[in-house]
Amino acid sequence: MTNQILLSGFGGQGILFTGKFLAYKGLLADKNVSWLPSYGPEMRGGTASCSVIISDEEVGSPIISQPDVLIAMNLPSFEKFEPTVKPGGIIIADSSLIEAKSARTDIDVYYIPATKLASEMGKQSLANMIILGKLLKVMGDFDEENIKAVLSKVIPPKKADMLDINLKAMKIGAEN
Amino acid sequence: MADKILMKGNEAIAEAAIKAGCMHYFGYPITPQTEVAAYMAKRMPKIGGCFLQAESEVAAINMVYGVASTGKRVMTSSSSPGISLKSEGLSYLAGSDLPALIVNVQRGGPGLGGIQPSQADYFQATKGGGHGDFKMIVLAPSSVQEMADLTVKGFDLADKYRMPTMLLADGTMGQMMEPVSLDYEITSTVDKPWATTGTKMEREHNIVTSLFLKPDELEDLVIERYERYKVVEENEVMYEEYMMDDAEICIAAFGIAARVAKNAINEARKQGIKVGLIRPITLWPFPVAPFKKAANQVKEIISVELSMGQMIEDVRLASECKVPVTLCNRTGGMIPSPEQVLEAINKANGGAK
Repeated sequence: MTNQILLSGFGGQGILFTGKFLAYKGLLADKNVSWLPSYGPEMRGGTASCSVIISDEEVGSPIISQPDVLIAMNLPSFEKFEPTVKPGGIIIADSSLIEAKSARTDIDVYYIPATKLASEMGKQSLANMIILGKLLKVMGDFDEENIKAVLSKVIPPKKADMLDINLKAMKIGAEN
Repeated sequence: MADKILMKGNEAIAEAAIKAGCMHYFGYPITPQTEVAAYMAKRMPKIGGCFLQAESEVAAINMVYGVASTGKRVMTSSSSPGISLKSEGLSYLAGSDLPALIVNVQRGGPGLGGIQPSQADYFQATKGGGHGDFKMIVLAPSSVQEMADLTVKGFDLADKYRMPTMLLADGTMGQMMEPVSLDYEITSTVDKPWATTGTKMEREHNIVTSLFLKPDELEDLVIERYERYKVVEENEVMYEEYMMDDAEICIAAFGIAARVAKNAINEARKQGIKVGLIRPITLWPFPVAPFKKAANQVKEIISVELSMGQMIEDVRLASECKVPVTLCNRTGGMIPSPEQVLEAINKANGGAK
């Protein structure tokens, strides 16, 4: 079983961090994982993307051409990657920033106004965690204890006070 | 076994180097290897080591020469254009029989090129890397764990054979994170009686130099060095074979290309095509024997590379042109897709032309 997750949005939305969460989640579950960021000039204000592979087998190429899961946090990412999602796959899209809808019937697309919900929390930068909560819920994998364990791996010790608010954002994502 | 943590390939190199006892790092930033320097900048001051951002790549490699002369483990890292700048220093290191680790996290070239992954420095790394008769040991990691393991190995080999060793990675290897365990027991203590550590008025001066004006003397030295290279060729070849037992088609690939190839091989096997992989881990010394053997077993060898075809020449030499050796490649910072490799496999199998 191999899960290929592609995350894409603007630089600064926490795309790489979200990917790191998923990779650590896989690692804690004793899976093989790889995390590959796009790097280069596009990271400065443009589109940032990140490929995460979680697998029972050895991970071959870390590059994803047909994701099982797409997290899209801006319109260019949605337009670029929506057609590449594997039939039977999942898209989670931030509908605060993406007005377009997918016409595909062979995949499950979830729209969640993550940026709006995050603003209502008073911290717009948590939109990625709201989306992440939604994804885990959709995948039937929203386990609070597990999430705390993963968060404590990806949040640096000196920012440990951020754990609760991240968890709260993920819960909001799971409920919407 | 120690807990695995997620690390970028570049960071894994840096931490493994420190674990291997490297307390001196000299470099100059360049994408996509800057994390090596950044990590060293953070860690070295905390452990009493030396991180120094030189004024240029040329300065950095000459600082490496200086520390290597004292017998201490030392490294530098860069990416393609920066390695070209270091090539004078590489030749001097080799000419002075100095051990050092040089990391090249390759990007697209020639010239300033781009910043995306490439394997187009294969010739530069394996066929010289500077002027004069010399070789470097060239190690090609294919995972973050190997980035770390081969860094440690690289220092050991450099010390053992008194020669510069290059870790030849690429942008994806440097930037990707994978689980890695850095649980090394470093026991290697190579005696370095040649090092310039001060005579204490108890011995003759040690002189480290690459300048020999008498041609017969220089010839003797070079020949002696090539005798040492022969020992390296006999003892230090490393490679991985994947599904080669019954293979009728063989893929030759290293680094990131080998990982892409594995995806394609797994897919082809599902279709009943007998295909395997030989993945050189040492690019020099090149694993000649497995390719020589494969040439009597398979009907075609496909060299998968992120270049216009460089390793393919060594594959042809090793397989003695007994079977066709074809190229499946992208270059300039592009990476072949598993689908592209699968198409090449199908073609070799006599399928879709």
